[in-house]
Amino acid sequence: MKVAVIVFPGSNCDRDMYHAAGEIAGAEASLVWYTDTHLLDDVDGILIPGGFSYGDYLRSGSMASTSDIMNKIREHAEKGKPVLGICNGFQILTESGLLPGALMRNKHLSFMCHQEELVVEDNENIFTTLYEKNEVVRFPIAHGEGNYFCDDETLLELKDNNQIVFTYKNNPNGSVSDIAGIRNKAGNVLGMMPHPERAVEALLGSDDGLRLFQSLIANWRSSNAVNA
Amino acid sequence: MQLTHNIDPEKIEQDRLYQDMGLSDEEFEKIKTILGRRPNFTETGIFSVMWSEHCSYKTSKPLLRKFPTEGPNVLQGPGEGAGVIDIGDGQAVVFKVESHNHPSAVEPYQGAATGVGGIIRDVFSMGARPIALMNSLRFGPLTTNRTKYLFSEVVAGIAGYGNCVGVPTVGGEVQFDDSYEDNPLVNAMCVGLINHEDVQKGIAAGIGNTILYAGPPTGRDGIHGATFASDDLAEDSNKDRPAVQVGDPFMEKLLIEACLEVIHSDALVGMQDMGAAGLTSSASEMASKAGTGLEMNLDLVPQREQHMTAYEMMLSESQERMLLCVKAGREQEIIDIFEKYGLKSVPVGKVIEEKVFRIKHHGEVVADIPVDSLADDAPVYHMPSKEAAYYQDFQQIDVKTPVVDNYGETLKQLLQQPTIASKEWVYDQYDSMVQTNTVVTPGSDAAVVRIKGTDKALAITTDCNSRYIYLDPEEGGKIAVAEAARNIICSGAKPLGLTDGLNFGNPTNPEIFWQMEKSVEGMSAACEALQTPVISGNVSLYNQSKGKSIYPTPVVGMVGLHESTAHITPSFFQEAGDIIYLIGETRDEFGGSELQFIQNGRYEGKAPHLDLNIEAERQEKLLSFIRQGKIQSAHDLAEGGLGVALAESLFSEKDLGAKVTLSGDATVELFSETQSRFLVTVKPENQSAFEKVFTDATNLGEVTADRQLTITANNENILQEAAAELKALWKGAIPCLLKSKA
Repeated sequence: MKVAVIVFPGSNCDRDMYHAAGEIAGAEASLVWYTDTHLLDDVDGILIPGGFSYGDYLRSGSMASTSDIMNKIREHAEKGKPVLGICNGFQILTESGLLPGALMRNKHLSFMCHQEELVVEDNENIFTTLYEKNEVVRFPIAHGEGNYFCDDETLLELKDNNQIVFTYKNNPNGSVSDIAGIRNKAGNVLGMMPHPERAVEALLGSDDGLRLFQSLIANWRSSNAVNA
Repeated sequence: MQLTHNIDPEKIEQDRLYQDMGLSDEEFEKIKTILGRRPNFTETGIFSVMWSEHCSYKTSKPLLRKFPTEGPNVLQGPGEGAGVIDIGDGQAVVFKVESHNHPSAVEPYQGAATGVGGIIRDVFSMGARPIALMNSLRFGPLTTNRTKYLFSEVVAGIAGYGNCVGVPTVGGEVQFDDSYEDNPLVNAMCVGLINHEDVQKGIAAGIGNTILYAGPPTGRDGIHGATFASDDLAEDSNKDRPAVQVGDPFMEKLLIEACLEVIHSDALVGMQDMGAAGLTSSASEMASKAGTGLEMNLDLVPQREQHMTAYEMMLSESQERMLLCVKAGREQEIIDIFEKYGLKSVPVGKVIEEKVFRIKHHGEVVADIPVDSLADDAPVYHMPSKEAAYYQDFQQIDVKTPVVDNYGETLKQLLQQPTIASKEWVYDQYDSMVQTNTVVTPGSDAAVVRIKGTDKALAITTDCNSRYIYLDPEEGGKIAVAEAARNIICSGAKPLGLTDGLNFGNPTNPEIFWQMEKSVEGMSAACEALQTPVISGNVSLYNQSKGKSIYPTPVVGMVGLHESTAHITPSFFQEAGDIIYLIGETRDEFGGSELQFIQNGRYEGKAPHLDLNIEAERQEKLLSFIRQGKIQSAHDLAEGGLGVALAESLFSEKDLGAKVTLSGDATVELFSETQSRFLVTVKPENQSAFEKVFTDATNLGEVTADRQLTITANNENILQEAAAELKALWKGAIPCLLKSKA
């Protein structure tokens, strides 16, 4: 499986994502600078990493969401190809409308970085099939604006369609319904604030995130085997 | 003090305007001799910043020479942006500490943020990728609104900058004391990783080569920042706010990536960041180090504001700027790399044969100075030193053993002392995990980051107990280095070397200079004994306000190497049934201790004694035993002694307890701060092997599953506390102080 890790000016988890998806999980990963739009033509999945794209100026994720490469990413998403946005990547996905809602300042206004326990709410999408439903996993969080918000109507829709993929066991940031990660209706776009790419090696405190990348690769393999 | 308009040379001399820039009459005379004429306004400014303490180390140089700076693995000692130590396999570690004290006292968020930005640039300008940040902070007691504001904003500034640039802040230390009330200390340390062949030098070599300016345009910020940092902090220091720079971590992130790409181009000759004294220091130092001259046209320098004078441009400390020397004719290759990252880079000058620093502006020569005179001819002062009057008094005082009625309550009090209490409120705001290398996160003796692609890891710590150094600068200086090494050893690594962040009061006071002299001597002795050369450092003097000086605070930033990640040892207890040992004997030493402060409200008496031979021997033995895989956990004994160390060993997610039996005076055993001691746990099957090697260790008891800390002395149960309750008090102390009304 070929995956592209998009590098915006100010992305800073790009190399971590590359390491997790490529070197650890075994995907054929490449780092793609945001102007090299053509390099996305033959990739099977797109990973938008965390960081501070454009310094979080204006609003986190907003500048990156208007860049040309997002049009290409939108096309990919519409074709059903996997798109994963972590942390700032999630903010970019909501800003660009690929996922509903918005990420606001944390409830207590401070940046926070530590391990959090998450509940896998949905394991029937390409990103989480290797997890048990309701399984508790440990991923680090590291964000100042991870307080997920959406209106009641959207929340109802998210719930009805099982689009809430991860929730916090102990909500650290004030997110609506403890939401830590959501997917689109079709199930091929996932956005989440916690960092599975930081949890792929036991040496660093948790390898619970590895199965997210492995799920993605396994699902691509099986659907590709069917196509071939 | 802002002199930003042109004044003619006669008037500068007549009205002694140079004094406002920090130059003495003698120094001005020396400049006249060097130039053979009176300096003009711009030249006076250039000399004043280059000869400031911050840039020239004019009063500290004679002391810095005492530090051992060489060792078998040292690739680059003091003198460049940062020091470099070999770690094998063609790789090396680059590190340095820097202070940003005065700016942080005036404008805490930006002061701390730009301190972080500056030290990161020192490291990547060497060609290294920054992989970890540390810090060492000092504030007054958390009881006034002003101190709470300084503390919160400094932490926010460090977080705001470090998190955005994507370099993890993996640890540090924070202490609180009266002496830092008006003059907080903000020292930041950066560690980088580099391949040997990529090590850069800040040189402008090759006659005719081009000087390239990279990064955002120059503005009127930070003018005379280096001079501001080289004087006492004035009571009306608010007016010095324009001397504080404003940071942009996004720009720095782009600059890091661009510069790390540029180093792989053979069109690059040398690179240096524009730190203190901005364009002046970077340009003149690059030429001076290469034995060349440099000519620069200020009309070509990108400018953020209109009508900037030569003086302003040469002295601006606008952030995130780099100066490069590039092979003539190949400028475009480098410019293209910066362009990719949206950064401007423009040729602003060239390397010339004549060893002068020549600056042109609007077609006129506005400065023409022999280049070596700025760096090499800076005056060196051998300041008078006089033993501090208080020292003999302290040596005479017979410190009595404190009286403790209730051991549980005393331990709880100690755990809530801000200096001992959990710093989670601080480090939770730092991204400590980005780059996915952080094995041991903040809150342990030393932080540990692994090196991808190898089985190795680096241990990093910052330490300095300034109370001991105040009581006895020489003994305290030894302790600062020894404690840092102890932290590295406990984590399972071998100390490689250190960077020193020397923070002192006004050196023109002979008693302050004596503190500097003695603590440097103590540190040097410990460096020799523990084989930890000093490879870089920073000096921050004049840390005094309203005539009150800070405690002497020579911060030690130390880096160690784990040859295998299997050697990484936690500081917390691991498993019920493990045997707890205290390595080293305990003496009745309460001078400068936390318990002394709680009971008397001041520090007095003798600092704890340190025997460097014993220290070195114990460290070596412990490291060797750790490497054999026979130590479950290791923690050094520091503030609050054994009692605090025992409690801290239980503050993990393991939810364990400990049952400990003491003999002798329980107060001394529990709370004395005798040096060179370690608290370790060993599996029962390794008990006899351990006891054979560590004949100076005492079996204290064992780790239990009951989540209680139980201490018995002389057949009497003197302490029984739930670990969870102790942890809650320890964890809640700082947030509680911040919330309480001043």
